[in-house]
Amino acid sequence: MIICKSPAEIEKLRRSGRMVRGLLEELRERVQPGISTLDLEKYIERRIAQLGARPAFKGYRGYPCCLCASVNNEVIHGIPSERCLKRGDILSLDMGVVVDGYYGDSAITVPVGEISESTQRLLRVTQESLQLAIEQAQLGNRLGDVCAAVQRHVEENGYSVVREFVGHGIGRQLHEEPQIPNFGQPGHGPVLKQGMVLAIEPMVNAGGPAVRVLADNWTAVTADGALSAHFEHMVAVTRNGPDILTLQ
Amino acid sequence: MACPYGAGMAKEDAIEVVATVLEALPNAMFRVELDNKHQVLAHISGKMRKNFIRILPGDKVAVELSPYDLTRGRIVFRYK
Repeated sequence: MIICKSPAEIEKLRRSGRMVRGLLEELRERVQPGISTLDLEKYIERRIAQLGARPAFKGYRGYPCCLCASVNNEVIHGIPSERCLKRGDILSLDMGVVVDGYYGDSAITVPVGEISESTQRLLRVTQESLQLAIEQAQLGNRLGDVCAAVQRHVEENGYSVVREFVGHGIGRQLHEEPQIPNFGQPGHGPVLKQGMVLAIEPMVNAGGPAVRVLADNWTAVTADGALSAHFEHMVAVTRNGPDILTLQ
Repeated sequence: MACPYGAGMAKEDAIEVVATVLEALPNAMFRVELDNKHQVLAHISGKMRKNFIRILPGDKVAVELSPYDLTRGRIVFRYK
């Protein structure tokens, strides 16, 4: 069952979403060659506590950290480590908080120093596909319209979408129904209704779509070793059109 | 955080642990002791009740604990 949120609940989710986005921007400023992803984890853990929130990921199905930091060919769920970032890397930062029982969840992929033009293009296309999907999150549209928007834009640009991991509904739980794949057929799936809140998150591989999960049971990497990018917004479906809750 | 495609949602997984039966109580309830010395009130699962799996004090059993209430559980297996 897809839970539709009241306007008051949407405002609570916006509070959480806005906090996540603010923290991601703080992380973006700290990302530079030589810093380790564990440094970022320590920073964010302290900041979440300072803001009186609770990390949404730590302990979720046994995940050990507040932050998912996935470098280069790592698609998602990279566990922060001592590994230092190098100039030219790309880093996906995915983070969530709980405020007053309501979850916020968002992700960005940021360059470490200068990156090549082809890598910039991957980030740009991924972001564009998220934007196109959000535009489809209209009352009366179907979920498949959102999913297909990502897939079409990504594949038109010669990249591929990950099949094994998907976006999700969000509210008082981190993962609620529906599952939101980054592939699908327009006109299929549940009809979008007032108050549905969707965490849409394209995961885009520069090479093939296949991924595998490392022995730590979390880190997903591209099977062919190609780069992968990831952006995520929470979007409420409303009478006034899509409402992005994860803006600063 | 993305979720695995096709995975169940919302339902939190029960924690399965090994325990020793201390005492049989009415209504197919048992008091069991976990390896960490916690005592838990456990029902016997419907499947075991249907198949007349008898449980006696001293038996080793597998108990599923709900993540919400760790003082209650369900006996899902009796070891030989």
